[in-house]
Amino acid sequence: MGTKIGCREGDCGACTVLVGDLENGELQYRSFTSCLTPLGNIHGKHVVTVEGINMDDLNPIQQCMADASATQCGFCTPGFVMSLAGFCLSDQDANQQNAVAAIDGNICRCTGYKSIERAAGKITELMQQKGNQEAVEFVTANNILPGYFASIKERLQKLSLALNGELNQPASTAQFAGGGTDLYVQKPEELKEANVRFLYNKDVLKGIRKTGNKCFVGPSATVTDLQGSEVMRQYFPNFNKQVKLISSTPIRNMATIAGNFINASPIGDFTIFFLALNATLVLSDGNKTRELPLHKLYKGYKTLDKRPEEFIEQIWFELPGKNTFFNFEKVSKRTHLDIASVNTAIQLTVVDGTITEAHLSAGGVGPIPKLLEQTSEFLRGRAVTEEVINDAIDIAQSEISPISDARGTSGYKRLLLGQLIKAHFIALFPHLQVKKLLLSHSS
Amino acid sequence: MKNIDSKTHTRGKSIYLDDIPLLQGTLFGAAFGSPIAHGIIRSLNISVAEQMPGVIKVFTAKDVTGENQIGGIIPDEPLLAEHEVDFCGMPVAFVVAQSDDAARAAVKTITIDIEPLPVITDPREAKARGELIVPPRTFSLGNVDTAWQACEYIFEGIAETNGQEHLYIETQGAYVIPQENGALKVYSSTQGPTAVQRASCRVTGLPMHLVEVEVTRLGGGFGGKEDQANTWAALCALAAHRLRKPVKYSLHRMEDMAMTGKRHPYSSDYKIGFDKDLKMVAYEATFYQNAGAAADLSPAIMERTLLHCTNSYFIPNVKATAYSCRTHLPPNTAFRGFGGPQSMFVIESAIAKAADTLGIDSAVIQKKNLIKTGDEFPFGQKAVSEAAECWKKAEQLYEVNSIREGIKDFNSKNQIYKKGLALMPVCFGISFTNTAMNQARSLVHVYFDGSVSVSTGAVEMGQGVNTKILQVAAIVFSIHPDRVKVQTTSTSRIANTSPSAASATADLNGKATYLACTRILERLKKVAAEELGVDENLIELKDEYVFVNNVQSDLDWKKLVNTAHLKRVGISEHANYATPEIYFDKAKEKGHAFSYHVYGTAVTVVTVDCLRGIYEIDAVKVVHDFGTSMNPAIDIGQIEGGIVQGIGWMTMEEIIYDKEGKLRSNALSTYKVPDIYSAPKEISIDFLQSDKDNLAIFRSKAVGEPPFMYGIGTYFALRNAIKAFNPLAHIPFNAPMTPEKTLLALYSNPQPLSKEIKRKDEEAVTSVAIN
Repeated sequence: MGTKIGCREGDCGACTVLVGDLENGELQYRSFTSCLTPLGNIHGKHVVTVEGINMDDLNPIQQCMADASATQCGFCTPGFVMSLAGFCLSDQDANQQNAVAAIDGNICRCTGYKSIERAAGKITELMQQKGNQEAVEFVTANNILPGYFASIKERLQKLSLALNGELNQPASTAQFAGGGTDLYVQKPEELKEANVRFLYNKDVLKGIRKTGNKCFVGPSATVTDLQGSEVMRQYFPNFNKQVKLISSTPIRNMATIAGNFINASPIGDFTIFFLALNATLVLSDGNKTRELPLHKLYKGYKTLDKRPEEFIEQIWFELPGKNTFFNFEKVSKRTHLDIASVNTAIQLTVVDGTITEAHLSAGGVGPIPKLLEQTSEFLRGRAVTEEVINDAIDIAQSEISPISDARGTSGYKRLLLGQLIKAHFIALFPHLQVKKLLLSHSS
Repeated sequence: MKNIDSKTHTRGKSIYLDDIPLLQGTLFGAAFGSPIAHGIIRSLNISVAEQMPGVIKVFTAKDVTGENQIGGIIPDEPLLAEHEVDFCGMPVAFVVAQSDDAARAAVKTITIDIEPLPVITDPREAKARGELIVPPRTFSLGNVDTAWQACEYIFEGIAETNGQEHLYIETQGAYVIPQENGALKVYSSTQGPTAVQRASCRVTGLPMHLVEVEVTRLGGGFGGKEDQANTWAALCALAAHRLRKPVKYSLHRMEDMAMTGKRHPYSSDYKIGFDKDLKMVAYEATFYQNAGAAADLSPAIMERTLLHCTNSYFIPNVKATAYSCRTHLPPNTAFRGFGGPQSMFVIESAIAKAADTLGIDSAVIQKKNLIKTGDEFPFGQKAVSEAAECWKKAEQLYEVNSIREGIKDFNSKNQIYKKGLALMPVCFGISFTNTAMNQARSLVHVYFDGSVSVSTGAVEMGQGVNTKILQVAAIVFSIHPDRVKVQTTSTSRIANTSPSAASATADLNGKATYLACTRILERLKKVAAEELGVDENLIELKDEYVFVNNVQSDLDWKKLVNTAHLKRVGISEHANYATPEIYFDKAKEKGHAFSYHVYGTAVTVVTVDCLRGIYEIDAVKVVHDFGTSMNPAIDIGQIEGGIVQGIGWMTMEEIIYDKEGKLRSNALSTYKVPDIYSAPKEISIDFLQSDKDNLAIFRSKAVGEPPFMYGIGTYFALRNAIKAFNPLAHIPFNAPMTPEKTLLALYSNPQPLSKEIKRKDEEAVTSVAIN
């Protein structure tokens, strides 16, 4: 009863629960929006609602919320409390920034958030004594959360993970589901009756690893998995900053990379990201596999070069060398927890001031997530100058066909893409004259 | 004292509509809404739906046992469309089935054939076609027509604000359970239990004493559940009445967004004139309110627009006219501020326009024209003003001059990022503008074990009114708050209530509770005097004990009330409170509309990323006129929440209807309200403490709506930041300032400014078209 229904599309966080799972033998808790979570995705896991963290009196997380007057109508409150409990159970550093990040998927219409920030600050103080202790051990030992959490690891280990009959499902009639974060927004009713094949929990489809100069990303890796990956952290130092612009903590905990690709939204953030990385997919129908460059997957609006029985078995891309630069930009009506008006990514290799390789992608500017091939081609062999950038923007304009919708008018999206292309270069090449670029717009 | 609900809220134990245990046999409803905005119904096909598994009955207009009418102020809104549809989503049929899934599946099979009629979405177009909800109203003071002659500068233009979705996190809903002898028990997520009772009675044909409406609390209301909870409760009541089975309907978010009205969009013309010292001489404004397809509360909202047309300023010559324009959108409704924010935006736009053209800071004009005690509002009431006190304190406390210097320095050093500052004074009137609604009742029972039960007409929706009412009882009796329970809101315990709205709920219901408790206290004192054999005048109750002449006696609260009971002295009371002094003469458009005003000033600083057209709110710093706050924790919460909601309205919250009247921003994925990162990095709140006599409960001024309008400052701060990047930027006064509008303004074609200054000796005053 404490878990509230707010929006049914993962955008308000009122229904947030925690899901505990063993990852490499370690117990990890992550926040999920329960509205988008099919039972198939929590098989073998520990699901915690607000009832599961209630103690005899208010637990310290709840006490901090009450003390800070961080609850008014109270309808969003259990969701916030669960997200904050997720923060306490995580292995992140106990700082205010991480505490606030844990509630980036929770909407409150009453408080204006400042009191919730103050509560998060007090909870952070509680957690600062954790040190190197394991989170579950610390929170149970200090009566922050109920003692039973200490036994969950062992209990999960004893569970049988085989799903009844799952392996016998004929692939051709099945609807694949990854994290389900868009699928269950688009057709929740239909999926109730459908023969769904859940890929989310398949260990073989998870994991991020480096082999030679290639990075292999398991298609069922979540965004959170990607954020936790050493490879990504090493090669994309701004990754976490960029990811902060993409959805919210619970959605990142649930959403898979392949799901983002297959969903084929013209604005999919990770699609745009991986298009600029020139990623390649390995598709499988269970017997045969084939490779396909990501940008070739999209044939038209939500039309894919993929047979219904095929699923993504692997994703790989070449890791950037020392002369290769990457940037991702996204602007949306609300900076965080929103779908982009326009997003774009770029990967440039620059040798002695000349661009030798370029991949520029853009979303929200046409029916498919787009690799701007002509613009990329134009950039190859050219120097990084203000003039080249402006010419590139002109070419990009000829490659796109944005429409007016709730995320902006077509004119705005055109202007914005130009600005974001400038932003790529300003971010990557400090020698450029910012003023010249800012004023070079002709309207 | 903390909000008394904190404990159950944080534990997930608080009861909302969806948490009421369902009785066995409960049926579930779902409404079929019109797919188009305007037309004549040729045929409605429900035959497939009726045959769907689990479906019990599909209700249409012909099944209404009473009157097919739920219009509150004006009877212009059928519960279920009969001949004509007037907006997309207008309920046409109501499916009742054995499960929620079955009801919704059946709704999808309903088809309707509609002969389309022209769709109006623009209020000016509606006005041009004579489509008005009520006749226009004009408030005037002095004589603007002659005053223009005395003006050194005159500016005019258009200012527009978009609507706003309430986005209470708990959607609308109701659960109705038949009782014996044909009665109904209605659970509703409503701010107006009596409105729900009235609507349910009207459509069923039942008298009011057979329909009890009960509300425990709401998961947010903000005005959206003042009148618009009626439809869902009336539908369930009708079905429960006919089927004699419990019926529940809890709206899905997309249904709620598509079918319910929002804050009214306004398009307004303004003309403002100043003398050479920049004192306001004359102001004329015409407001075109987009009312939607039915009256709902629009006439009252339009009235409040006029009552706030001069915000915090004194202008000797004013003429303000408002049109409530009928369009084919869902009927727009109450939303925090109730028409006040819309007119405040217009006068602030007029000031900004003048400041832009004259090349000065708006604050120069604002400060000079703040209303003083004794100045007259355009509707005749004399101000008791704290406007200048709030402004000056904000300037000093927050060192506005050094903020201004800091911004200048920052802007000169940064190319991509520019900062902007704006001050926003607010003056907001407290009382229902419908005088008759300024009444409330409270029922207080003291039990002989010393515990106390309080029932009022107030609905708790997060604003903390129950906590304040509990405080009133605990303070009057001087007992521990734990002894007091504020009960659910029930029309059987408290009849004929006004909705919880107009920021006045704590005042009205708190005063009624104060009266009831005081009467019981008087009787208890008499009992104590008898028991202790002393003069009644020497008796006082303090800290749970009877004191005689300031000396504590052995007689404690529990013993006292028990003694009173044994002596057959009544220790229950039902009190009625009616706000004194207020009246309004609609023929003259003059009166004493408000029991008092709340004042304040907000200082807002923003940073715009001029490359990407996005922004952050650095700080909102406020000096707010609390009177003497009886609960600072709750009042600060109201201010912080109001500011952020106001910022949402002014920045990212964009309601988009297409030309066919279909809502395009129909989900949380397309309609964005502030998240934690959108809130200002800093909010400071300073209490302007005053102990002037006023009609607020314990002199603790109302706090629900006024802070919302501090958010307007954000719009003008953003405007100033944009101008720091592009001094000639063309920035129409058209809120919200979305990232799209910001970017387009940053890179807009410069407009020549010089023509817009109009000296009185120039020939014609030409209108400056915006857009």
